[in-house]
Amino acid sequence: MNKKIMQVDVAIIGAGPAGLAAATRLRQRGVDQVVVLDREAEGGGIPRHCGHPPFGMREFYSVLTGPQYAKRLVAQAITAGVRVLTRHTITRLLKGGELEVATPDGLITIMAKRVLIATGVRETPRSARLVTGARPLGITTTGALQSMFYLKGLVPFKRPVVIGTELVAFSSIMTASNAGLEPVAMIESGSRITARHPCELLPLFKGVPLLLNTELEEILGVTKVEGVSVKNTKTGERRLIECDGVIFTGQFTPESTLARMSHLKVDPASGGLHINQFGRCSDPAYFAAGNILRPVETAGWSYREGRSVGGWIADDLERASSLIHDPEVTLICEDPIKLVVPQRIISGQSGGFTHLQLRVCRPVTGELIIENDDKTFWQKKISTLPERRILIPITDLDYFEGTKSLRVYLKE
Amino acid sequence: MSSEGGINNGCSRSDHEVFDVAVVGGGVVGCAVARRFVLEGARVALLEKGEDILSGASKANSAILHTGFDAPVGSLELECVQAGYKEYMEIFKDFDLPILKTSAFVVAWTQEQLARLPSIESQAHQNNVDNVHIVTSDTLLKREPNLSRSALGAVSIPGEFVIDPWSSPLSYLTQAVLNGAEVRFGYGVSSGQFDGETWVLKSATKKDISARFVINCAGLYGDQLDEALLGRSEFSIKPRKGQFVVYDKAASALLNAIILPVPTERTKGIVLTRTIFGNLLLGPTAEEQDDRALASVSKKEVELLKNQAEAMVPCLKGMPVTATYAGLRPASESKEYRVFEYEQKNWITAGGIRSTGLTASLGLAAHIYKQYSKMANFLVPLTSVKTPKMPNLAEHKQRDWMQKGYEEIVCHCEMVTKREIDNAFASVIPARDLSGLKRRTRATMGRCQSFYCSARLAELTKDRFIDDLSVDVSGEEHE
Ligand SMILES: Cc1cc2nc3c(=O)[nH]c(=O)nc-3n(C[C@H](O)[C@H](O)[C@H](O)COP(=O)(O)OP(=O)(O)OC[C@H]3O[C@@H](n4cnc5c(N)ncnc54)[C@H](O)[C@@H]3O)c2cc1C
Ligand SMILES: Cc1cc2nc3c(=O)[nH]c(=O)nc-3n(C[C@H](O)[C@H](O)[C@H](O)COP(=O)(O)OP(=O)(O)OC[C@H]3O[C@@H](n4cnc5c(N)ncnc54)[C@H](O)[C@@H]3O)c2cc1C
Repeated sequence: MNKKIMQVDVAIIGAGPAGLAAATRLRQRGVDQVVVLDREAEGGGIPRHCGHPPFGMREFYSVLTGPQYAKRLVAQAITAGVRVLTRHTITRLLKGGELEVATPDGLITIMAKRVLIATGVRETPRSARLVTGARPLGITTTGALQSMFYLKGLVPFKRPVVIGTELVAFSSIMTASNAGLEPVAMIESGSRITARHPCELLPLFKGVPLLLNTELEEILGVTKVEGVSVKNTKTGERRLIECDGVIFTGQFTPESTLARMSHLKVDPASGGLHINQFGRCSDPAYFAAGNILRPVETAGWSYREGRSVGGWIADDLERASSLIHDPEVTLICEDPIKLVVPQRIISGQSGGFTHLQLRVCRPVTGELIIENDDKTFWQKKISTLPERRILIPITDLDYFEGTKSLRVYLKE
Repeated sequence: MSSEGGINNGCSRSDHEVFDVAVVGGGVVGCAVARRFVLEGARVALLEKGEDILSGASKANSAILHTGFDAPVGSLELECVQAGYKEYMEIFKDFDLPILKTSAFVVAWTQEQLARLPSIESQAHQNNVDNVHIVTSDTLLKREPNLSRSALGAVSIPGEFVIDPWSSPLSYLTQAVLNGAEVRFGYGVSSGQFDGETWVLKSATKKDISARFVINCAGLYGDQLDEALLGRSEFSIKPRKGQFVVYDKAASALLNAIILPVPTERTKGIVLTRTIFGNLLLGPTAEEQDDRALASVSKKEVELLKNQAEAMVPCLKGMPVTATYAGLRPASESKEYRVFEYEQKNWITAGGIRSTGLTASLGLAAHIYKQYSKMANFLVPLTSVKTPKMPNLAEHKQRDWMQKGYEEIVCHCEMVTKREIDNAFASVIPARDLSGLKRRTRATMGRCQSFYCSARLAELTKDRFIDDLSVDVSGEEHE
């Protein structure tokens, strides 16, 4: 087979907010050949099927729905001179910026001076959560429900149970309500919802019972969902809830398959790419931005991250980088610290991400400490919940000559 | 496809036709039996109560093509496994079916298990699997560097391979249909009469079927069918559930060969193997249950499985899980296959095909035909045989997305194209529900489990499935 070869300055994988923002920035910085590749039929990423506001307030100074925002992002990139190629699926990442790409017209190779990976996050489906039960029809995720309803006008069930209380679970209830569905319950194993106040008012307002301290035990039904069995974690009491569907919400996981199957280093803690403060991966030809870096941030955050990393790629192309060889410090987080991004820092550099981002696995209170064997570099009392962003200014850590790695942990 | 849910390749004769043979059950055994009888020249009707083939035990297995190295010496199981293996190796290229030549190791993790390796080796030699031999832990770890250092030694079985558990039975029945067999779905045989020459088989909703001979391949319901139609059964089915974990494709790079444990009386034990689709499979458990239909996974068992796997292959820790599923073995009170001939009744039962049926099916079909030919009229084998080419789903061979003109990729995780989905609906035995489409294309079977493709898939399959992926919320039910 004679593969077609395309040569570009920067190839961007994923036309979501991060990828499109980076592409636009790169063109504005004068980079010539910038192409964004997306496997879907339309660019825009996840917001394509988030049929609700608010999106785009800081980017476009207006309150948009997800689909409107997605269209604006694509239009902005095209206006800036970006090539957006849809139905282009990247199937392999090779050393130095070579990509294998499947297109309906055949396989092609793209040789890029730099590649940006911006493939986003998805929710964890039922199977990976190891939930008990058979495999009936009617089990889905928020994203799947949203795209069925907002993109195709279809729905998979009428009376679903919603599992989880991250912000996206409330989107699920909104989507269900717009689609004329009647969710029968929202289930949370913890004693409070994961999203912030006043989200709990939404189910109340929509007449959906919010069951706290309640664990999903089993999905019932062989061919179609017939109900769920749940257990109260406080009293041990079990009950059966009749329903014809189950929506698993949240528990986001970076869509990092491509990287996992490649030579690039993936961080087991974040599930995303292992980067330094410029968004650079373990192969210097590759960068990453947006929700591929960690579960999970907003569209606006991903957009700004994309813009920043786009700028640093432009810098890198201009100066034919020397950063690659600078010594880096690796940050290693310990339970209950769930993740830290970026995972590597080049010391003594200005520029790049200004902050380390951290998350915790469970509600915690204690002293957050960053240190090596000899010395504590940072210390602060925190009290926080899962899915809350914790930020530490990187400049505060800027004095670690000769250190190879730093522990990030919590003294409770 | 007729409104009766039947498939006949356009050569249906009158409703009053008397078939030579009715095969009850479209599991892997029924599919292989239907094929064998068609090739031998019989007019065959296959009756399946589900809406697709492989609705029972054959829906979920480990997909290993067994050599029979560990089968009981002198058993019918051994004979059928080895004949089935041989025939698969003869025909798979003609059907474009895949095979992954993995080989296998039976690994000893304790001194006690290590002491049993010589008897495994000698049983294999008794079963004429001559190339089986013991290897040291050094050799094992050189071949399988990701295995835990605590492995003490192994028996190498070079001939154990991995196949596509769904395309192969589908190819057998497709060949049967191409050469004249008829298939009825949604046809649960509930009763029947035999007048000394002809059986009239009845189901709750469909037209009666007449046949001179019946082969019971009803798997998990084989004993019940015998009881209902013959008035007695020589065996009783005791379903034995096996749960599985499918790891992400990244995990398949961790192993080369199939890793088998030293078996116990009850089960072949927990296996780790690459799948033909490029994943790593872990399982099955062995759990007795009464229910013949409910194959549910349980969080507790699956977590136990994962712990065992991580002890064997430490770098599996943290590896994402793509899917979990369970299958039911049609086990009976005996280990041996339960094949019974009822000469007075023109009836053969192929029951209790417990844990090697995928491999043995072709051999078992030949065995059943041999028994039949002792009891029934002489048939004239087909002289010109049509053989279908099966679409390739194996990861190590050329997939559809690698060839241009596929229009679009619908399922991104498994790289399933619109062309493949269209073909699954246009094939000789078309997909009639989501499970059928999954088995024919792999759509939704990847790591996102349809997060990305549900919408497009629901749209593409609308009004083509018995149970649509979408429901009507306007209040009225579907027509
Ligand atoms: C169900 C769901 C609901 C959400 N709702 C909201 C919300 O209401 N508000 C909010 O602010 N945030 C929401 N988010 C967070 C969301 O992740 C961000 O809004 C934002 O979309 C992240 O942008 P991104 O560019 O990183 O990735 P994405 O928007 O996910 O874009 C990634 C793109 O990469 C493409 N891609 C992936 N792999 C490949 C490949 N191999 N080849 C080619 N293309 C590929 C995908 O097709 C996709 O278009 C939601 C997330 C999910 C999953
Ligand atoms: C966990 C597990 C792992 C396994 N691993 C392997 C392996 O690695 N290698 C291997 O070779 N084998 C393996 N097997 C074994 C293999 O899967 C079985 O031996 C085989 O599937 C049995 O097939 P069957 O056709 O006899 O039964 P089934 O598949 O159960 O077929 C019977 C069919 O008859 C239909 N039926 C029932 N009653 C009626 C009725 N009254 N009217 C009409 N139709 C009816 C059912 O719907 C069903 O489709 C495994 C099995 C399990 C469960």
